[in-house]
Amino acid sequence: MTELVAPVPIVSPTRAKTSLMRRLVRNPVGLVALFFLALVALVAVFGPLLAPADPNAASLQTILLAPGEQGYVLGADSAGRDVLSRLLSATQISIGAALVAVVVALALGVTGGLLAGYYGKWFDSVSSWLTGLIMALPGIVVLLAARAVLGPSVWLSMAIFGVLMSPAFFRLVYASVTAVRNELYVDAARVSGLRDGRIISRHILSVVRAPVIIQAAMITGIAIAIQSGLEFLGLGDLSVPTWGGMLSDGFTKIYNAPVLMLWPSLAIGLTCISLTLLANALRDALERSSTAKKRRRAGKVNGAPAERAAVVGHADDVRAAKGEVLLSVRDLHVGYDQPDGSVTQVVHGIDLDIRKGEVHGLIGESGSGKTQTAFSVLGLLPAGGRVSKGTIDFGGLQLADAGENVYRKVRGKRIAYVPQEPMSNLDGAFTIGSQLVEPMRVVLGLSKQAATERALALLARVGLPDPKKTFASYPHEISGGQAQRVLIAGAVSCDPELLIADEPTTALDVTVQAEVLDLLRDLQAEFGMAMLLVTHNFGVVADLCDRVSVMQSGLIVESGPVRSIFNHAEHPYTQSLLDAILEDGEPRGALAPRKEVSA
Amino acid sequence: MLTFIVRRLLSGAVLLFVITTVAYTLLYLGGGDIARRILGQNATQEQVAAKAVELGLDKPLLEQYGGWLSQAVTGDLGRSWFSGQLVTVGVSSRLSVTLSIVIGAVLIAAVVAVTLGVLAAVRGGVIDRIVQFISVLGFAIPGFLIALGLVLLFAINLKLFKATGYVPITESFAGWLASVTLPVAALAIGAIASVTQQVRGSVTDALNRDYVRTLRSRGLGSNRVVYKHVLRNAGGPALAVLAVQFVGLVGGAVIVEQVFALPGLGQLAVQSTTNGDIPNVMGLVLATAVIVVVVNLLIDLAQAALNPKVRLS
Repeated sequence: MTELVAPVPIVSPTRAKTSLMRRLVRNPVGLVALFFLALVALVAVFGPLLAPADPNAASLQTILLAPGEQGYVLGADSAGRDVLSRLLSATQISIGAALVAVVVALALGVTGGLLAGYYGKWFDSVSSWLTGLIMALPGIVVLLAARAVLGPSVWLSMAIFGVLMSPAFFRLVYASVTAVRNELYVDAARVSGLRDGRIISRHILSVVRAPVIIQAAMITGIAIAIQSGLEFLGLGDLSVPTWGGMLSDGFTKIYNAPVLMLWPSLAIGLTCISLTLLANALRDALERSSTAKKRRRAGKVNGAPAERAAVVGHADDVRAAKGEVLLSVRDLHVGYDQPDGSVTQVVHGIDLDIRKGEVHGLIGESGSGKTQTAFSVLGLLPAGGRVSKGTIDFGGLQLADAGENVYRKVRGKRIAYVPQEPMSNLDGAFTIGSQLVEPMRVVLGLSKQAATERALALLARVGLPDPKKTFASYPHEISGGQAQRVLIAGAVSCDPELLIADEPTTALDVTVQAEVLDLLRDLQAEFGMAMLLVTHNFGVVADLCDRVSVMQSGLIVESGPVRSIFNHAEHPYTQSLLDAILEDGEPRGALAPRKEVSA
Repeated sequence: MLTFIVRRLLSGAVLLFVITTVAYTLLYLGGGDIARRILGQNATQEQVAAKAVELGLDKPLLEQYGGWLSQAVTGDLGRSWFSGQLVTVGVSSRLSVTLSIVIGAVLIAAVVAVTLGVLAAVRGGVIDRIVQFISVLGFAIPGFLIALGLVLLFAINLKLFKATGYVPITESFAGWLASVTLPVAALAIGAIASVTQQVRGSVTDALNRDYVRTLRSRGLGSNRVVYKHVLRNAGGPALAVLAVQFVGLVGGAVIVEQVFALPGLGQLAVQSTTNGDIPNVMGLVLATAVIVVVVNLLIDLAQAALNPKVRLS
């Protein structure tokens, strides 16, 4: 049977096996599974010695003896043989035969995967074709045919099953090797004169070792299941005791002595479950170590909760101060729940006001919390994230702890969003047109025809040369600049009061950036929207914004009218941001180191 | 589209050719004294030799296989050496039994697995852990053990279903339904477990995509986004697993049919392989290989319908 083997994460080779083992033992499920498998392994080794009787000694006097009678602890089977002795002896054969399958699969799959992945070329295509062929075969039919040819040997049939399972290892190793082959450290090893054998064992085997162990545990379970299944069909070697053979015997007496099926069923079932649970526990341990690493890296960017220092404020000029406040954020804290129950805070209490018709820039380097602020206004923080403290007042509506019902009336219609990366923000499975029409029908209640007309008009408005063609296209058929225009059209399609644009030009070509900024400015004036423009580029702020707030490490450090901040930036961080564009003339240069700002 | 189908059918034909060649060669090499086995111990040496000539067993491998192949292309798979029945008749009558339980199991698995997988991915928390735990158990326990458990519980103890036997659908629909319920359930549980894990994984993955946030920012409810956009995007990987399951279930059916004494391909496979009935075994190999090719083609077409990026060329 070509069973599905769940994908296994590939981790970097730096993770030592010992720490994985320790992690595994700390997981109660993994520990229990490991303990049971150790027990099975002991029985497999010493079982025949422990057996109280000859497992094949039949006797007419003891047929179907109930458990406990005449010293037969687990009773006797349909031929009067001692069930306990058979169970103990069968363990050795069943486990041994399953290991034959795993060893064959490992030998073929790992070697083939290494050679195909490392050397590529014709070997690559031949072995990929072969694995495709093997995986297309229903395994059990092959095993049945093989039995017709080779006779009822459990060892031979498991060796063949190993061949059938080898693609599982092949694909795993192949994928890892092709990923690693072109890594710089492998190139470096090659340049420094290491032979291929050394490179493979040092750099490549260490990458695939853990996933291969997981896969091996899964495949041992599958092999036991298949082998018992064949014997259950009566196709096994009847002269040796096996779990499946015992089950088959019990099945023939299912009405008289169903308890005969219990012991082999338990042996097969518990062993298979333990192997799967062990594999899962291993995978969890691997995944946890890789996410822990990722989190540590993320933590470095976000930094520890900084002291909330005074915000450098600038007096508003008369024109800007006149507008009515549309969005008012007070003492906003955003935190992410961690598996251990703690909360990692990424925004540490910020105030932000946006007036009607105002373009407000939110500027700061990556990880400063500006995007988190934008998402919390939209109520679309990633999983685990939430507003842990503070208020978000939007035209009298409280959004900080609002549920889906409140947000459904706000999103799209009153607050809209233009994302950073255009291509990944369009659903590749639907046409551009349907993605524009659907929200208009839901939010504005337009008919399909009216929504289509409006979508076409919007596509023309955002400067797409052939609206009809774009409307009918799929996202992968248009360019990034066009996709960003489509997303802008979608954002303004329901006539919002506030447009949140999250680095709307960062992912675009320099030539397209200016056009998109012009478009945003024109639409903002045309629709009379307020705009929150998240960016790390003071050039963009200077170009578009009325007011700006400077964010650093989850706090707003300076806020005020753009002109005032450009002329008299007081906070050292703001100054360093400004210096970055003024001196280099390169708006996206490196920012000043954080330590300057501790004042 | 049409060229894609033609190309896939051609590569399928190549696959069939390779598989039958390998199978025939193996059967030829390990065939042993089949004529003796057919005639029994009491036949004379002359009778056995005459039988071997009659079956063409005295000819070299290439000639035998060539003969089989040239007939097979015309749709003639010969007759069983033991029962004398036409292989096409024997295989196709049993194929309908096997396919009815396999297709039933796949359909049920698809519906249940999508429900559970989406539930686990969207709700998370306790529900997710329960679904994951159950699907690990369902994946780990061999299908025939589940079948045995179902027989013991529902047929022998509760007497809700008959333990064995098959009622053709043409005879009585209710009878057919009662006779396939337990086998379908036994097959479906393992498939549900695997497909649920895949659906959960790919829905979780799709939920984290940027476009989900963007669609929600436009005012679409989260249910609408999940059932229209996320599910369609998660459908591709789930379908691929379902295809693998289909092939696996054809194999699994061999054993499950034996538990419930269903007259399907499994029974024929066990009989024919133990006897060395080459025409029947070849018919079975061909039938399963055709199923694999057809299922994979259908799944690829479905993938293309789901995902416009998959170009059918």
